[in-house]
Amino acid sequence: MADGKIVNLSGLSRDHAWALLRQMLLIRRIEEKSAELYTIGKIHGFLHLYIGEEAVAVGAMQALQPDDEIVSTYREHGHAIARGMSPASVMAEMYGKANGCSRGRGGSMHLFDVGLRFYGGNAIVGGGLPLAVGLGLANKLQGRTRVTACFFGDGAVDEGEFHESLNLATLWKLPVLFLCENNRYAMGTGLERHQSQTDIQAKAQAYSLRGEAVDGMDVLAVEAATTRAVEAIRAGGGPFLLEARTYRFRAHSMYDPELYRDKAEVEQWKKRCPVENFAATLRAAALLTEDDLKELEAGVVAQVAEAVAAAETGPWEPIEDLLKDVHTPAAGSTSRSNTLAEAHQASAVGQLPQRRLAAP
Amino acid sequence: MITMTYREAVRSGLQQALRSDERVFLMGEDVGRYGGAFACSRGLLAEFGPERIRDTPLSESAFVGAGIGAALGGMRPIVEVMTVNFSLLALDQIVNNAATLRHMSGGQLSVPLIVRMATGAGRQLAAQHSHSFEAWYAHVPGLTVLAPATNQDARGMLLASLSEPDPVIIFEHAMLYPQEAEVDEQAPPADIRRACIRKEGRDVTLITYGGSLGKTLTAAEELEPLGIEAEVIDLRVLRPLDTAAILLSISKTHRAVIVDEGWRTGSLAAEISARIMEGAFYELDAPVARICSAEVPIPYAKHMEDAALPQAATIVQVVQQLCATKD
Repeated sequence: MADGKIVNLSGLSRDHAWALLRQMLLIRRIEEKSAELYTIGKIHGFLHLYIGEEAVAVGAMQALQPDDEIVSTYREHGHAIARGMSPASVMAEMYGKANGCSRGRGGSMHLFDVGLRFYGGNAIVGGGLPLAVGLGLANKLQGRTRVTACFFGDGAVDEGEFHESLNLATLWKLPVLFLCENNRYAMGTGLERHQSQTDIQAKAQAYSLRGEAVDGMDVLAVEAATTRAVEAIRAGGGPFLLEARTYRFRAHSMYDPELYRDKAEVEQWKKRCPVENFAATLRAAALLTEDDLKELEAGVVAQVAEAVAAAETGPWEPIEDLLKDVHTPAAGSTSRSNTLAEAHQASAVGQLPQRRLAAP
Repeated sequence: MITMTYREAVRSGLQQALRSDERVFLMGEDVGRYGGAFACSRGLLAEFGPERIRDTPLSESAFVGAGIGAALGGMRPIVEVMTVNFSLLALDQIVNNAATLRHMSGGQLSVPLIVRMATGAGRQLAAQHSHSFEAWYAHVPGLTVLAPATNQDARGMLLASLSEPDPVIIFEHAMLYPQEAEVDEQAPPADIRRACIRKEGRDVTLITYGGSLGKTLTAAEELEPLGIEAEVIDLRVLRPLDTAAILLSISKTHRAVIVDEGWRTGSLAAEISARIMEGAFYELDAPVARICSAEVPIPYAKHMEDAALPQAATIVQVVQQLCATKD
């Protein structure tokens, strides 16, 4: 894992290599643009950037099929894009527009796309793990061979839900990939300061599931490790804990002054940049030329510009729809007057005091 | 009509749910081999097997969250949490996930999950097994909160909840489980939108739910010979509240007393009282009265526990005072 050297290129096709690079570049540029848009007040709320961790999402998604499920975290733009969500849909959501994937109800932390089987965008640390266990249970009970991939950070390992979920998924032999993105910080608390055992994959032993660590700065290593893990799960072996060791180059969120880590440490990790190093490796292997890279870069920049344009021109959801989708309207009901959803809506609307009209 | 206990009525509902829909399964602590902490699921493991009657580890957050995930994955899970007190370990999953996912995803997801739990005091189980947190759940948009007080409702409201596309929380008061009454097992699923008048009257409206219904009906009977005809409303549904039924009754009786086993501060009784003030202020001949649990952690000793809870005698006393100005 030294110096980010990516050595194993055997069997790597040019097309696939380019696809990996293009996706990582796209995520990188979208994140950079998001940061810029945040500073000029186009994006609000919390914004957690994935810069530095691109190899994990892009590598892992290669191992998943279209009907597998993904459960993600609040640092999920990279996962969403690597899964195939359109940058426009992601950007519009960050703007809070109605053409965003969650109609502007979720924002940066809550990207959802049921068509891509992308179940959020969960911003309670550790809260997504039980959901993944349940999706895995549904798959098992219905005899499907899908795998549920659950991304979470090293901070989630501190939560009881991590331990409860690993135990439950293993006990019931559920097809769940627990994918820990260990970026070494639970917000501002370093791994050594929040975990008594910093070798996260080793925790798998306690629950009798298989565990493995992989260099999260190497997209090919992540892809290979995830592929092996998913194959083992699909073969009926129950869940798997894969720990991708990575690093976030930017602050935790846009509010974070980064008082808790040295600039030198960040600079050291930046030398292992998953995007630059992969591009360099491909060039060294004659799978990519300088011109190719420029062309890829131009394509990505155009995609980001399109995404921003879609977000800029997208409509705002009308305020009249504020209470919409708290409950599900009854299916096939033409007269909605009898539904529980309607009763909820009626009960939710406050009543102003009525003056008695007639004298008593 | 068959005479059965409340717990048997719950079991009858579970049984019908499991028989009628392959997607339905029950999970929770000791629901299988043990037969359920309150024996609601006794015998179900033999009929439906361990895949559909799933014993879970003592991991409330994980198995309630797994219920949410399974619901997203096309199943119709019924999750039993032993008591509302332990449900606090799963509060994050219920409030931050089950209740939010539909709205937060822009209407893409539905979570057809049923969570059942026992609630309430009365069995000398002290301060970690006796509380009533229904109001906390009823506070949350996205949840439907039910409190069946009769055996028929215990069965019928569970079955009705199965047709709902969104999460439903069902509170079963622990003192009700041995209650015997006739149940019609052929009856269609119950209405889960409306309150119900359990006794008609013209002098005062007593509003209650769940484990307090029996005490309130007893009080109403004791008030009759005192010349006070009380109307008793069983709320049945704690969210959404059937405000119209409450206001309609008050427009007839002009007096209201709320009986609620939750603590008074920030209670359901407070919410109901506010709705009466907003919607029927000029109908009232007396201030709204509330009879709630004393604001203490529920104590163990019998005489102290009794003193902490709403009792029929207290209801009689309060109603008498309230009606003292009656013409």
